[in-house]
Amino acid sequence: MTTMSDDTFDKGKARIDPVSGVPTTGHEWDGIEELNTPLPRWWVWTFWLTVIWGVGYTIAYPAWPTAGGGTQGLFAWNSRTQVASEVADLQTTRGPVLDKIKAAPLDMIESDPQLLAAARMVGKVAFATNCASCHGAGGQGARGYANLNDDDWIWGGKLADIRQTIEHGVRWDADKATHASAMPAFGRDGVLTPEQISIVADHVRTYAETPDSDAPTPEGEKLYAENCAACHGVEGKGNPEMGAPALYDQVWLYGSDKPSVVARIVNGGGAVMPAWKDRLDDTTIKALAVYVHSLGGGQ
Amino acid sequence: MSSADAQHQLLDEPFVEAAHKVYNKKVDGQFRRIKWGIQFATLAIYYFLPFVRWHRGPDAPSQAVLVDFPHRRFYFFFIEIWPQEVYYVTGLLILAALILFLMNAVAGRIWCGYMCPQTVWTDFYMTAERWIEGDARDRMKLDEGPWTAGKIRKKLAKHFVWILIAWWTGGAWVLYFGDAPTLVYDLATFQPGVGQAYLWIGILTFTTYVFAGVMREKLCLHACPWPRIQAALTDEYALNVTYRRDRGEPRMSLKQATAARAANLPSGDCVDCGQCVAVCPTGVDIRKGAQLGCIQCGLCIDACDGVMEKIHRPTRLIAYDTEMNLKRRACGEEPIYKTFRVRTVFYAALILAIGGFMSITLATRGDMYMNVLHDRNPLTVRLKDGGARNGYTIRFANKKPETRRFVIDASGLAGAQTEVVGVAPDSKGKVVIEVGPDQTREARVLLSTRGAASSKGQAPVLFTATDAETGASVVVKDVFIWP
Repeated sequence: MTTMSDDTFDKGKARIDPVSGVPTTGHEWDGIEELNTPLPRWWVWTFWLTVIWGVGYTIAYPAWPTAGGGTQGLFAWNSRTQVASEVADLQTTRGPVLDKIKAAPLDMIESDPQLLAAARMVGKVAFATNCASCHGAGGQGARGYANLNDDDWIWGGKLADIRQTIEHGVRWDADKATHASAMPAFGRDGVLTPEQISIVADHVRTYAETPDSDAPTPEGEKLYAENCAACHGVEGKGNPEMGAPALYDQVWLYGSDKPSVVARIVNGGGAVMPAWKDRLDDTTIKALAVYVHSLGGGQ
Repeated sequence: MSSADAQHQLLDEPFVEAAHKVYNKKVDGQFRRIKWGIQFATLAIYYFLPFVRWHRGPDAPSQAVLVDFPHRRFYFFFIEIWPQEVYYVTGLLILAALILFLMNAVAGRIWCGYMCPQTVWTDFYMTAERWIEGDARDRMKLDEGPWTAGKIRKKLAKHFVWILIAWWTGGAWVLYFGDAPTLVYDLATFQPGVGQAYLWIGILTFTTYVFAGVMREKLCLHACPWPRIQAALTDEYALNVTYRRDRGEPRMSLKQATAARAANLPSGDCVDCGQCVAVCPTGVDIRKGAQLGCIQCGLCIDACDGVMEKIHRPTRLIAYDTEMNLKRRACGEEPIYKTFRVRTVFYAALILAIGGFMSITLATRGDMYMNVLHDRNPLTVRLKDGGARNGYTIRFANKKPETRRFVIDASGLAGAQTEVVGVAPDSKGKVVIEVGPDQTREARVLLSTRGAASSKGQAPVLFTATDAETGASVVVKDVFIWP
């Protein structure tokens, strides 16, 4: 088989080249003759095989556009059915362990090595998808977004607390069971004067022994007792029931420098987190709770 | 021949020789017998090794050589390789390359001629071909002749036997990846779940048939990289299949040679019978000197020796000899054989060093293993009281066939507290982790210091896992970081 049909050759002029012993095509330009060196037969066969394969392929799989959308192919295959079947496969392999997580109480998941490993795996993926944008890829948090690796838990760090927070969110008005209480805006609402705020901020900062803090003052103590102690506790130990952070420790969600503390007292309010119970299924929420709990050991 | 003539001839020779079929003749002799022996041994090992049993206890597979992909284990008699020890495979590949280099430095491409799977299977195929279609002359006649019933029958029989060998070859391959007797039963009775095995058998049947049946020496000449690399590694002291020009030339017929000898004229021992070419599996003429097509199998030596014996001349006109000796003989000097040369000693030393190192590490490796991974994000966490906490993911491996209990301990950090997520300390305050037989277990370990006073940048910390029963332990060093 040759790539050119024989009648393209000037048959009359075709001859055997004396030097190479190869037939010529009969074409000649300025005394230079073209040798007839056809493509190797195996190559040509391979070429035609790929052509046949290509035609078969477009019949077997969706390929040709038509007015109604396109040919469907012989196997009803398309990338969507492929994804659907892969997801179904994943469900069958993961199903048994997910069912176990669904059925087991939270603390039992953590004490069973196999379930803990599975829950951490599922939780890690769910965390990366849903939580990491605020809390960071490793749950390390940021200013205003709680660090989930430390031992300071504003709304409680037990497994059940974490699950409650994930399910209902924080100050998420659409959910009735959400953590609702918020700090009053002492400055904006005129409850305290700027001088008082400054004094109470100084006082609060002494609890955590921030590097540049002074000694507690009687005036500060009085202002604190009247305005803050109800939620944050007499000694500043906080109250997870109300989401009032402990003030005596060294973990500061909004920073420990004076301007930051003043800003919190002036504006009040608090962080907002969505409720996840309608977005994630129960098993995923449980896995997430275990994962978050295992990040810093929880409480 | 003048140099101008030689150059002219060189220019006239095509760069790539036109493809032609090699009809190689049967031969007998010393090297052919060595080849038979090696061929028999290598094929026997390949086809039957999966059936060799090796008892390893109730939960482990009892196949001597097994690549267990589902459980990520590789078994070789008493050796069991885990995925994290895959560097042994790397070491083996390096060793294999060095051994190939050493073989090449000592005796050229003898790997190609005797042990290369392409050679072994091609030889196997040629044997089958010779058995069905006869020797070279018969085969040539058969191919040139018309398509008679006899020819069709012979051709069909040959290809059937070839495919049978190819199928057996592919079948033996998959047996290395599963329990051989069970797999044979499953394959024979079309059990579900062995579809992949059929696919691989199919692929290997096809490649064996094409490589050993159709491509043969074409693979060595056009596809294999080793001849090219080998050419760069060899030197004038390497033993190669060599035509002794000094003895063979000028070549002439036996009658002319006898006459010349009687007249005291120069005459060579080569009678130009062409037997060396006729038996060559790659169809080269060794008398043209060392060349890419020569796989150093020595069959031409056997053929030439047979002829030399018949005409009562000394054998080994073609022999394993060196380029250096050709030159020395031409100058009338004694041949020398330098086995110990810089490159052979260097390769041998490297082989010994790597092989020794691998054997020692293999013999002394522990049956427990610990891998510590420090949290990357966050590296460290400030705690309420000003202390710090670091998280580690630690993987423990128990390579024994029974469940073991490891006591986990972190030292080097005064006053630090160690917690393992999900594992409560026992009554003595020790953290004990149970790892199943031949298994690994991952644990999240949290290390916390108390109070801001301890803060100092970072400090080394040692994790120790101790077998609660035997007291064997592994220590891994890591680091503790303060905010």
